[in-house]
Amino acid sequence: MAIDDVTKITETIAWTDITEGCKIEAAGNSRLFNTGEWRVDTPVFIKEKCTHCLLCVPVCPDSAIPVNNYKRADFDYEHCKGCGICAKACPVGAIEMKEGGK
Amino acid sequence: MSIRERLSGNEAVAIAIRQINPDVMPAFPITPSTEIAQMVATYIANGQVNTEFIPVESEHSAMSAAIGAEAAGARSLTATSSCGLALMWEVLYVAASSRLPIAMAVVNRALSSPININCDHSDSMGARDAGWIQIYSENNQEVYDNFVQAYRIAEHPSVRLPIMICQDGFYTSHAVENMELLEDREIKDFVGEYAPESYLLNSRQPLSVGAYGLPAYYMEAKRSQLEALKNAKQVTLEVAEEFARLSGRNYGLFEAYRLEDADYAMVIIGSTAGTAKDAVDKLRAEGKKAGLLKIRLFRPFPGEEIAHALKNAGFIACMDRTESFNGQCGPLGAEVKSALFNARLMPEVINYVYGIGGRDVAVENITSVFEDLIRIEQTKDAGDRYRYLSLRE
Repeated sequence: MAIDDVTKITETIAWTDITEGCKIEAAGNSRLFNTGEWRVDTPVFIKEKCTHCLLCVPVCPDSAIPVNNYKRADFDYEHCKGCGICAKACPVGAIEMKEGGK
Repeated sequence: MSIRERLSGNEAVAIAIRQINPDVMPAFPITPSTEIAQMVATYIANGQVNTEFIPVESEHSAMSAAIGAEAAGARSLTATSSCGLALMWEVLYVAASSRLPIAMAVVNRALSSPININCDHSDSMGARDAGWIQIYSENNQEVYDNFVQAYRIAEHPSVRLPIMICQDGFYTSHAVENMELLEDREIKDFVGEYAPESYLLNSRQPLSVGAYGLPAYYMEAKRSQLEALKNAKQVTLEVAEEFARLSGRNYGLFEAYRLEDADYAMVIIGSTAGTAKDAVDKLRAEGKKAGLLKIRLFRPFPGEEIAHALKNAGFIACMDRTESFNGQCGPLGAEVKSALFNARLMPEVINYVYGIGGRDVAVENITSVFEDLIRIEQTKDAGDRYRYLSLRE
Protein backbone atom coordinates (compact mmCIF):
# COMPACT_ATOMS: atom_id res chain seq x y z
CA MET A 1 0.00 0.00 0.00
CA ALA A 2 1.40 3.38 -0.98
CA ILE A 3 1.41 6.18 1.60
CA ASP A 4 2.18 9.76 0.52
CA ASP A 5 2.13 11.31 4.00
CA VAL A 6 4.61 10.04 6.57
CA THR A 7 2.38 11.18 9.45
CA LYS A 8 -0.07 8.43 8.42
CA ILE A 9 2.53 5.86 9.48
CA THR A 10 2.10 5.85 13.24
CA GLU A 11 3.00 3.55 16.11
CA THR A 12 -0.41 1.89 15.80
CA ILE A 13 0.06 0.77 12.17
CA ALA A 14 -0.53 -2.96 11.51
CA TRP A 15 2.04 -4.96 9.55
CA THR A 16 -0.44 -5.40 6.73
CA ASP A 17 -0.64 -1.61 6.30
CA ILE A 18 3.03 -0.68 6.47
CA THR A 19 4.35 0.39 3.07
CA GLU A 20 6.43 -1.85 0.80
CA GLY A 21 10.02 -1.51 1.99
CA CYS A 22 8.85 1.39 4.23
CA LYS A 23 8.85 3.61 1.14
CA ILE A 24 6.98 6.91 1.36
CA GLU A 25 5.63 8.49 -1.81
CA ALA A 26 6.73 11.96 -0.79
CA ALA A 27 10.03 13.77 -0.30
CA GLY A 28 11.53 15.85 2.50
CA ASN A 29 10.06 13.81 5.37
CA SER A 30 13.11 14.25 7.58
CA ARG A 31 12.02 17.84 8.29
CA LEU A 32 9.14 16.47 10.33
CA PHE A 33 11.39 14.80 12.90
CA ASN A 34 13.15 16.59 15.74
CA THR A 35 16.52 14.90 15.30
CA GLY A 36 18.18 17.89 17.00
CA GLU A 37 17.46 16.16 20.31
CA TRP A 38 20.45 13.86 19.65
CA ARG A 39 22.79 16.87 19.92
CA VAL A 40 25.59 16.68 22.52
CA ASP A 41 27.32 20.00 21.71
CA THR A 42 25.60 23.17 20.56
CA PRO A 43 26.75 25.92 18.15
CA VAL A 44 26.01 29.46 19.25
CA PHE A 45 25.46 32.09 16.55
CA ILE A 46 27.10 35.47 17.44
CA LYS A 47 25.13 37.77 15.20
CA GLU A 48 27.31 40.86 15.75
CA LYS A 49 30.44 39.12 14.37
CA CYS A 50 28.73 37.51 11.35
CA THR A 51 29.56 38.98 7.90
CA HIS A 52 27.03 36.72 6.13
CA CYS A 53 29.70 35.21 3.90
CA LEU A 54 27.58 32.01 4.15
CA LEU A 55 30.61 29.67 4.18
CA CYS A 56 28.96 27.80 7.06
CA VAL A 57 25.81 26.99 5.03
CA PRO A 58 27.02 24.44 2.47
CA VAL A 59 29.19 22.54 5.00
CA CYS A 60 26.28 21.83 7.36
CA PRO A 61 25.43 18.12 6.89
CA ASP A 62 21.88 18.66 8.15
CA SER A 63 20.92 21.86 6.28
CA ALA A 64 20.32 23.37 9.71
CA ILE A 65 21.42 26.94 8.85
CA PRO A 66 18.48 28.82 7.34
CA VAL A 67 19.23 31.55 4.78
CA ASN A 68 16.84 34.37 3.90
CA ASN A 69 17.70 37.07 1.43
CA TYR A 70 21.41 36.13 1.34
CA LYS A 71 21.63 36.44 5.13
CA ARG A 72 21.89 33.54 7.50
CA ALA A 73 19.51 33.26 10.41
CA ASP A 74 19.97 31.50 13.77
CA PHE A 75 20.42 27.72 13.79
CA ASP A 76 17.56 25.30 13.20
CA TYR A 77 18.00 23.45 16.50
CA GLU A 78 15.32 20.91 15.54
CA HIS A 79 17.85 19.43 13.11
CA CYS A 80 21.34 20.62 14.18
CA LYS A 81 23.41 17.71 15.61
CA GLY A 82 26.17 19.96 16.97
CA CYS A 83 28.94 18.46 14.81
CA GLY A 84 30.83 21.78 14.85
CA ILE A 85 31.84 21.83 11.17
CA CYS A 86 30.25 25.28 10.78
CA ALA A 87 32.33 26.66 13.67
CA LYS A 88 35.52 25.40 11.93
CA ALA A 89 34.41 26.90 8.60
CA CYS A 90 33.55 30.35 9.98
CA PRO A 91 36.43 32.78 9.16
CA VAL A 92 35.34 35.46 11.64
CA GLY A 93 34.59 33.48 14.82
CA ALA A 94 30.86 34.11 14.65
CA ILE A 95 30.05 30.54 15.72
CA GLU A 96 31.15 29.22 19.11
CA MET A 97 30.64 25.67 20.28
CA LYS A 98 29.37 25.15 23.79
CA GLU A 99 29.22 21.86 25.65
CA GLY A 100 25.86 20.16 26.02
CA GLY A 101 22.83 19.74 23.79
CA LYS A 102 20.86 22.70 25.03
CA MET B 1 12.79 -22.04 -31.87
CA SER B 2 15.49 -23.31 -29.59
CA ILE B 3 19.17 -23.06 -30.44
CA ARG B 4 21.51 -25.94 -29.62
CA GLU B 5 24.76 -24.75 -28.02
CA ARG B 6 27.75 -25.93 -26.06
CA LEU B 7 28.38 -23.52 -23.22
CA SER B 8 29.87 -23.22 -19.76
CA GLY B 9 27.55 -22.22 -16.92
CA ASN B 10 29.19 -18.79 -16.84
CA GLU B 11 28.58 -18.33 -20.58
CA ALA B 12 24.99 -19.53 -20.20
CA VAL B 13 24.30 -16.85 -17.57
CA ALA B 14 26.11 -14.17 -19.57
CA ILE B 15 24.00 -15.00 -22.63
CA ALA B 16 20.82 -14.88 -20.53
CA ILE B 17 21.90 -11.41 -19.34
CA ARG B 18 22.57 -10.31 -22.94
CA GLN B 19 19.14 -11.52 -23.99
CA ILE B 20 17.44 -9.79 -21.05
CA ASN B 21 19.46 -6.59 -21.69
CA PRO B 22 19.13 -5.14 -18.17
CA ASP B 23 19.69 -1.44 -17.47
CA VAL B 24 22.59 -1.43 -15.01
CA MET B 25 25.32 -3.89 -14.00
CA PRO B 26 27.78 -2.81 -11.32
CA ALA B 27 30.46 -5.46 -10.76
CA PHE B 28 33.88 -5.96 -9.24
CA PRO B 29 36.32 -8.77 -10.10
CA ILE B 30 37.18 -9.91 -6.57
CA THR B 31 39.17 -13.11 -6.35
CA PRO B 32 37.46 -15.45 -6.89
CA SER B 33 35.11 -13.80 -9.37
CA THR B 34 33.83 -15.46 -12.51
CA GLU B 35 33.85 -14.67 -16.20
CA ILE B 36 30.23 -13.53 -16.09
CA ALA B 37 30.91 -9.82 -15.53
CA GLN B 38 33.75 -9.88 -18.08
CA MET B 39 31.53 -11.50 -20.73
CA VAL B 40 28.73 -9.00 -20.16
CA ALA B 41 31.27 -6.15 -20.32
CA THR B 42 32.31 -7.54 -23.72
CA TYR B 43 28.69 -7.54 -24.94
CA ILE B 44 28.43 -3.91 -23.81
CA ALA B 45 31.71 -2.95 -25.54
CA ASN B 46 30.49 -4.65 -28.73
CA GLY B 47 27.24 -2.71 -28.61
CA GLN B 48 25.17 -5.90 -28.33
CA VAL B 49 23.35 -4.56 -25.25
CA ASN B 50 22.82 -1.08 -23.87
CA THR B 51 23.38 -2.03 -20.24
CA GLU B 52 25.29 0.57 -18.19
CA PHE B 53 28.33 -1.18 -16.69
CA ILE B 54 29.65 0.41 -13.48
CA PRO B 55 33.19 -0.72 -12.59
CA VAL B 56 33.06 -0.26 -8.82
CA GLU B 57 35.86 -0.61 -6.27
CA SER B 58 34.52 -3.54 -4.25
CA GLU B 59 31.68 -6.06 -4.03
CA HIS B 60 30.16 -4.02 -1.22
CA SER B 61 30.05 -1.13 -3.69
CA ALA B 62 28.73 -3.40 -6.44
CA MET B 63 25.68 -4.29 -4.36
CA SER B 64 25.32 -0.70 -3.12
CA ALA B 65 25.35 0.59 -6.71
CA ALA B 66 22.83 -2.07 -7.73
CA ILE B 67 20.59 -0.92 -4.86
CA GLY B 68 20.87 2.72 -5.94
CA ALA B 69 20.21 1.89 -9.58
CA GLU B 70 17.25 -0.35 -8.77
CA ALA B 71 15.73 2.27 -6.43
CA ALA B 72 16.18 4.84 -9.20
CA GLY B 73 14.03 2.64 -11.44
CA ALA B 74 16.60 0.65 -13.42
CA ARG B 75 16.55 -3.13 -13.83
CA SER B 76 19.84 -4.01 -12.16
CA LEU B 77 22.00 -7.05 -11.55
CA THR B 78 25.43 -8.16 -10.55
CA ALA B 79 27.43 -11.38 -10.41
CA THR B 80 29.56 -12.67 -7.59
CA SER B 81 31.11 -15.63 -5.88
CA SER B 82 32.53 -16.72 -2.53
CA CYS B 83 34.17 -13.90 -0.52
CA GLY B 84 32.74 -11.37 -2.98
CA LEU B 85 29.28 -12.34 -1.75
CA ALA B 86 30.55 -12.23 1.83
CA LEU B 87 31.74 -8.65 1.31
CA MET B 88 28.23 -7.69 0.17
CA TRP B 89 26.70 -8.97 3.41
CA GLU B 90 25.58 -5.70 4.98
CA VAL B 91 23.92 -4.37 1.86
CA LEU B 92 22.24 -7.64 0.84
CA TYR B 93 19.82 -6.99 3.70
CA VAL B 94 19.22 -3.42 2.50
CA ALA B 95 18.36 -4.66 -1.00
CA ALA B 96 15.81 -7.11 0.37
CA SER B 97 14.23 -4.93 3.05
CA SER B 98 13.96 -1.99 0.61
CA ARG B 99 12.09 -4.45 -1.68
CA LEU B 100 14.36 -3.97 -4.68
CA PRO B 101 14.12 -6.80 -7.24
CA ILE B 102 17.81 -7.03 -8.14
CA ALA B 103 19.02 -10.26 -9.76
CA MET B 104 22.37 -11.75 -8.85
CA ALA B 105 24.27 -14.57 -10.54
CA VAL B 106 25.98 -16.47 -7.74
CA VAL B 107 28.63 -19.04 -8.52
CA ASN B 108 28.88 -21.08 -5.33
CA ARG B 109 32.40 -21.35 -4.02
CA ALA B 110 34.04 -21.88 -0.65
CA LEU B 111 34.96 -19.23 1.90
CA SER B 112 38.49 -19.13 3.29
CA SER B 113 40.34 -20.26 5.27
CA PRO B 114 42.15 -22.47 4.49
CA ILE B 115 42.34 -20.47 1.27
CA ASN B 116 40.05 -22.20 -1.20
CA ILE B 117 38.04 -21.02 -4.19
CA ASN B 118 36.48 -24.34 -5.14
CA CYS B 119 32.86 -25.38 -5.10
CA ASP B 120 30.74 -25.43 -2.01
CA HIS B 121 27.67 -23.60 -0.77
CA SER B 122 29.09 -21.73 2.22
CA ASP B 123 28.79 -18.35 0.44
CA SER B 124 25.10 -18.33 -0.43
CA MET B 125 24.09 -20.48 2.55
CA GLY B 126 25.62 -17.84 4.79
CA ALA B 127 23.46 -15.27 2.99
CA ARG B 128 20.32 -17.37 3.22
CA ASP B 129 18.66 -15.23 5.88
CA ALA B 130 19.28 -11.89 4.13
CA GLY B 131 15.75 -11.89 2.71
CA TRP B 132 16.68 -12.76 -0.89
CA ILE B 133 14.90 -15.38 -2.96
CA GLN B 134 17.36 -18.21 -3.63
CA ILE B 135 17.14 -20.62 -6.55
CA TYR B 136 19.75 -23.33 -7.11
CA SER B 137 20.64 -25.06 -10.37
CA GLU B 138 21.86 -28.57 -11.15
CA ASN B 139 23.40 -27.97 -14.57
CA ASN B 140 24.10 -25.35 -17.24
CA GLN B 141 20.67 -25.66 -18.81
CA GLU B 142 19.03 -25.08 -15.44
CA VAL B 143 21.11 -22.05 -14.56
CA TYR B 144 20.23 -20.47 -17.92
CA ASP B 145 16.54 -21.29 -17.51
CA ASN B 146 16.51 -20.09 -13.90
CA PHE B 147 18.18 -16.82 -14.81
CA VAL B 148 15.65 -16.20 -17.56
CA GLN B 149 12.87 -16.67 -14.99
CA ALA B 150 14.57 -14.59 -12.28
CA TYR B 151 13.16 -11.12 -12.97
CA ARG B 152 9.65 -12.44 -13.56
CA ILE B 153 9.68 -13.82 -10.00
CA ALA B 154 11.58 -10.95 -8.35
CA GLU B 155 9.62 -8.11 -9.99
CA HIS B 156 6.17 -9.62 -9.48
CA PRO B 157 4.00 -7.00 -7.67
CA SER B 158 3.25 -9.41 -4.80
CA VAL B 159 6.98 -10.14 -4.34
CA ARG B 160 9.39 -7.32 -5.30
CA LEU B 161 12.42 -8.89 -3.68
CA PRO B 162 15.97 -9.53 -4.89
CA ILE B 163 16.84 -12.97 -6.22
CA MET B 164 20.01 -15.07 -6.30
CA ILE B 165 20.36 -17.61 -9.08
CA CYS B 166 22.99 -20.03 -7.81
CA GLN B 167 25.09 -22.58 -9.62
CA ASP B 168 27.98 -24.77 -8.49
CA GLY B 169 31.45 -23.30 -8.97
CA PHE B 170 33.52 -25.13 -11.62
CA TYR B 171 31.20 -28.18 -11.85
CA THR B 172 28.77 -26.12 -13.88
CA SER B 173 30.24 -22.58 -14.02
CA HIS B 174 33.40 -23.62 -15.87
CA ALA B 175 32.32 -26.93 -17.39
CA VAL B 176 30.93 -26.95 -20.92
CA GLU B 177 27.68 -28.82 -21.56
CA ASN B 178 25.25 -29.22 -24.42
CA MET B 179 22.22 -27.07 -23.89
CA GLU B 180 19.39 -25.25 -25.60
CA LEU B 181 19.01 -21.49 -25.75
CA LEU B 182 15.84 -19.61 -26.59
CA GLU B 183 15.74 -16.92 -29.27
CA ASP B 184 16.56 -13.36 -28.17
CA ARG B 185 13.06 -12.22 -29.10
CA GLU B 186 11.43 -15.02 -27.06
CA ILE B 187 13.46 -14.03 -23.99
CA LYS B 188 12.64 -10.33 -24.40
CA ASP B 189 8.94 -11.09 -24.70
CA PHE B 190 9.04 -13.49 -21.74
CA VAL B 191 10.94 -11.18 -19.40
CA GLY B 192 9.23 -7.98 -20.61
CA GLU B 193 10.09 -4.35 -20.00
CA TYR B 194 10.66 -3.23 -16.42
CA ALA B 195 7.95 -0.83 -15.31
CA PRO B 196 8.31 -0.13 -11.58
CA GLU B 197 5.37 1.56 -9.89
CA SER B 198 7.47 3.89 -7.77
CA TYR B 199 11.09 4.88 -8.36
CA LEU B 200 13.39 7.73 -7.38
CA LEU B 201 13.85 9.19 -10.88
CA ASN B 202 10.12 9.71 -11.33
CA SER B 203 9.90 13.51 -11.19
CA ARG B 204 6.09 13.41 -11.05
CA GLN B 205 6.04 11.41 -7.83
CA PRO B 206 8.71 12.11 -5.20
CA LEU B 207 9.75 9.04 -3.20
CA SER B 208 11.64 8.39 0.03
CA VAL B 209 13.59 5.11 0.20
CA GLY B 210 15.56 3.79 3.16
CA ALA B 211 13.46 5.06 6.04
CA TYR B 212 14.55 4.98 9.66
CA GLY B 213 12.55 2.33 11.53
CA LEU B 214 12.44 2.69 15.28
CA PRO B 215 11.46 -0.26 17.54
CA ALA B 216 7.80 0.70 17.10
CA TYR B 217 8.01 -0.04 13.34
CA TYR B 218 10.79 -2.58 12.71
CA MET B 219 8.78 -5.71 13.54
CA GLU B 220 5.86 -4.71 11.34
CA ALA B 221 8.29 -3.89 8.53
CA LYS B 222 9.94 -7.33 8.77
CA ARG B 223 6.62 -9.18 8.95
CA SER B 224 5.48 -7.37 5.82
CA GLN B 225 8.75 -8.33 4.10
CA LEU B 226 8.24 -11.98 5.08
CA GLU B 227 4.82 -11.98 3.43
CA ALA B 228 6.41 -10.87 0.15
CA LEU B 229 9.00 -13.66 0.41
CA LYS B 230 6.29 -16.23 1.09
CA ASN B 231 4.42 -14.99 -2.00
CA ALA B 232 7.50 -15.85 -4.07
CA LYS B 233 6.63 -19.55 -3.78
CA GLN B 234 3.38 -19.32 -5.74
CA VAL B 235 4.89 -16.85 -8.21
CA THR B 236 7.84 -19.21 -8.83
CA LEU B 237 5.36 -21.93 -9.82
CA GLU B 238 3.35 -19.61 -12.08
CA VAL B 239 6.47 -18.33 -13.85
CA ALA B 240 7.74 -21.91 -14.24
CA GLU B 241 4.45 -22.91 -15.86
CA GLU B 242 4.67 -20.09 -18.36
CA PHE B 243 8.33 -20.89 -19.02
CA ALA B 244 7.40 -24.54 -19.68
CA ARG B 245 4.94 -23.43 -22.38
CA LEU B 246 7.76 -21.44 -24.00
CA SER B 247 10.62 -23.90 -23.64
CA GLY B 248 9.09 -27.32 -23.00
CA ARG B 249 11.22 -27.59 -19.87
CA ASN B 250 9.42 -28.05 -16.56
CA TYR B 251 10.45 -26.61 -13.21
CA GLY B 252 8.81 -26.68 -9.81
CA LEU B 253 9.79 -25.79 -6.25
CA PHE B 254 11.99 -28.89 -6.28
CA GLU B 255 12.55 -31.97 -8.43
CA ALA B 256 11.39 -35.35 -7.15
CA TYR B 257 13.35 -38.14 -8.82
CA ARG B 258 12.02 -41.71 -8.33
CA LEU B 259 10.79 -40.48 -4.95
CA GLU B 260 7.13 -41.54 -4.92
CA ASP B 261 7.67 -45.04 -3.49
CA ALA B 262 11.21 -44.53 -2.14
CA ASP B 263 12.07 -45.94 1.29
CA TYR B 264 15.44 -44.21 1.22
CA ALA B 265 15.44 -40.59 0.15
CA MET B 266 18.23 -38.13 -0.40
CA VAL B 267 17.68 -34.35 -0.29
CA ILE B 268 20.38 -32.42 -2.13
CA ILE B 269 21.14 -29.04 -3.75
CA GLY B 270 23.10 -28.31 -6.93
CA SER B 271 25.25 -30.24 -9.37
CA THR B 272 25.72 -33.36 -7.23
CA ALA B 273 22.04 -34.10 -7.85
CA GLY B 274 23.15 -35.41 -11.26
CA THR B 275 25.62 -37.78 -9.63
CA ALA B 276 22.96 -38.80 -7.12
CA LYS B 277 20.48 -39.65 -9.89
CA ASP B 278 23.03 -42.14 -11.26
CA ALA B 279 23.38 -43.64 -7.79
CA VAL B 280 19.59 -43.87 -7.44
CA ASP B 281 19.29 -45.62 -10.83
CA LYS B 282 21.99 -48.08 -9.86
CA LEU B 283 20.30 -48.89 -6.53
CA ARG B 284 16.89 -49.17 -8.20
CA ALA B 285 18.39 -51.68 -10.64
CA GLU B 286 19.41 -53.72 -7.61
CA GLY B 287 15.83 -53.53 -6.31
CA LYS B 288 16.61 -51.00 -3.60
CA LYS B 289 13.98 -48.27 -3.34
CA ALA B 290 16.13 -45.16 -3.44
CA GLY B 291 14.86 -41.71 -4.43
CA LEU B 292 15.99 -38.13 -4.65
CA LEU B 293 14.62 -34.68 -3.88
CA LYS B 294 16.61 -31.88 -5.49
CA ILE B 295 16.00 -28.42 -4.04
CA ARG B 296 15.34 -25.65 -6.55
CA LEU B 297 13.76 -22.96 -4.37
CA PHE B 298 15.58 -22.67 -1.04
CA ARG B 299 14.30 -19.23 0.00
CA PRO B 300 11.44 -19.18 0.68
CA PHE B 301 11.75 -22.80 1.83
CA PRO B 302 8.80 -24.85 0.60
CA GLY B 303 8.62 -26.87 3.82
CA GLU B 304 5.06 -28.19 3.56
CA GLU B 305 5.53 -29.39 -0.01
CA ILE B 306 8.86 -31.02 0.80
CA ALA B 307 7.48 -32.78 3.89
CA HIS B 308 4.60 -34.03 1.75
CA ALA B 309 6.99 -35.32 -0.93
CA LEU B 310 9.06 -37.12 1.72
CA LYS B 311 6.12 -38.57 3.66
CA ASN B 312 6.64 -42.15 2.47
CA ALA B 313 10.38 -42.28 3.09
CA GLY B 314 11.44 -43.86 6.35
CA PHE B 315 15.13 -42.99 5.98
CA ILE B 316 16.33 -39.66 4.71
CA ALA B 317 19.82 -38.30 4.01
CA CYS B 318 20.12 -34.49 3.93
CA MET B 319 23.19 -33.40 2.03
CA ASP B 320 24.79 -30.11 3.02
CA ARG B 321 27.65 -28.67 0.98
CA THR B 322 28.63 -26.33 3.81
CA GLU B 323 29.48 -26.50 7.50
CA SER B 324 27.15 -24.56 9.78
CA PHE B 325 29.23 -24.90 12.96
CA ASN B 326 26.31 -25.56 15.24
CA GLY B 327 27.41 -29.16 15.89
CA GLN B 328 24.12 -30.82 15.00
CA CYS B 329 23.13 -30.09 11.38
CA GLY B 330 23.72 -28.08 8.24
CA PRO B 331 21.29 -25.48 6.84
CA LEU B 332 19.47 -27.93 4.57
CA GLY B 333 19.30 -30.51 7.36
CA ALA B 334 17.81 -27.92 9.72
CA GLU B 335 15.16 -26.85 7.19
CA VAL B 336 14.16 -30.38 6.20
CA LYS B 337 13.97 -31.56 9.80
CA SER B 338 11.83 -28.64 10.91
CA ALA B 339 9.55 -29.13 7.88
CA LEU B 340 9.14 -32.82 8.79
CA PHE B 341 8.55 -32.00 12.46
CA ASN B 342 5.89 -29.42 11.60
CA ALA B 343 4.18 -32.08 9.45
CA ARG B 344 4.40 -34.49 12.42
CA LEU B 345 6.58 -36.89 10.42
CA MET B 346 9.37 -38.70 12.25
CA PRO B 347 11.55 -40.53 9.73
CA GLU B 348 15.21 -41.20 10.50
CA VAL B 349 17.16 -38.21 9.14
CA ILE B 350 20.93 -38.35 8.74
CA ASN B 351 22.64 -35.12 7.81
CA TYR B 352 25.87 -35.29 5.78
CA VAL B 353 28.41 -32.61 5.06
CA TYR B 354 29.86 -33.43 1.63
CA GLY B 355 32.06 -31.95 -1.07
CA ILE B 356 33.09 -28.81 0.82
CA GLY B 357 36.02 -26.84 -0.56
CA GLY B 358 35.49 -28.58 -3.90
CA ARG B 359 36.04 -32.18 -2.76
CA ASP B 360 34.89 -34.43 -5.61
CA VAL B 361 31.83 -36.55 -5.03
CA ALA B 362 31.48 -39.68 -7.14
CA VAL B 363 28.56 -42.07 -7.64
CA GLU B 364 30.22 -44.50 -5.17
CA ASN B 365 30.25 -41.81 -2.46
CA ILE B 366 26.55 -41.12 -2.92
CA THR B 367 25.82 -44.86 -3.07
CA SER B 368 27.57 -45.26 0.28
CA VAL B 369 25.08 -42.80 1.79
CA PHE B 370 22.14 -44.93 0.67
CA GLU B 371 23.97 -48.02 1.97
CA ASP B 372 24.30 -46.23 5.32
CA LEU B 373 20.53 -45.68 5.36
CA ILE B 374 19.86 -49.33 4.53
CA ARG B 375 22.26 -50.41 7.31
CA ILE B 376 20.52 -48.07 9.79
CA GLU B 377 17.18 -49.67 8.91
CA GLN B 378 18.63 -53.17 9.43
CA THR B 379 20.56 -52.48 12.64
CA LYS B 380 18.06 -49.94 14.07
CA ASP B 381 21.11 -47.96 15.13
CA ALA B 382 21.34 -44.48 13.59
CA GLY B 383 24.75 -43.73 15.05
CA ASP B 384 25.90 -40.15 14.59
CA ARG B 385 23.13 -38.21 12.83
CA TYR B 386 25.53 -35.49 11.68
CA ARG B 387 28.45 -36.78 9.67
CA TYR B 388 31.03 -35.97 7.02
CA LEU B 389 30.95 -37.94 3.76
CA SER B 390 34.21 -39.50 2.49
CA LEU B 391 36.28 -37.98 5.28
CA ARG B 392 39.73 -39.49 5.79
CA GLU B 393 39.89 -41.02 9.25
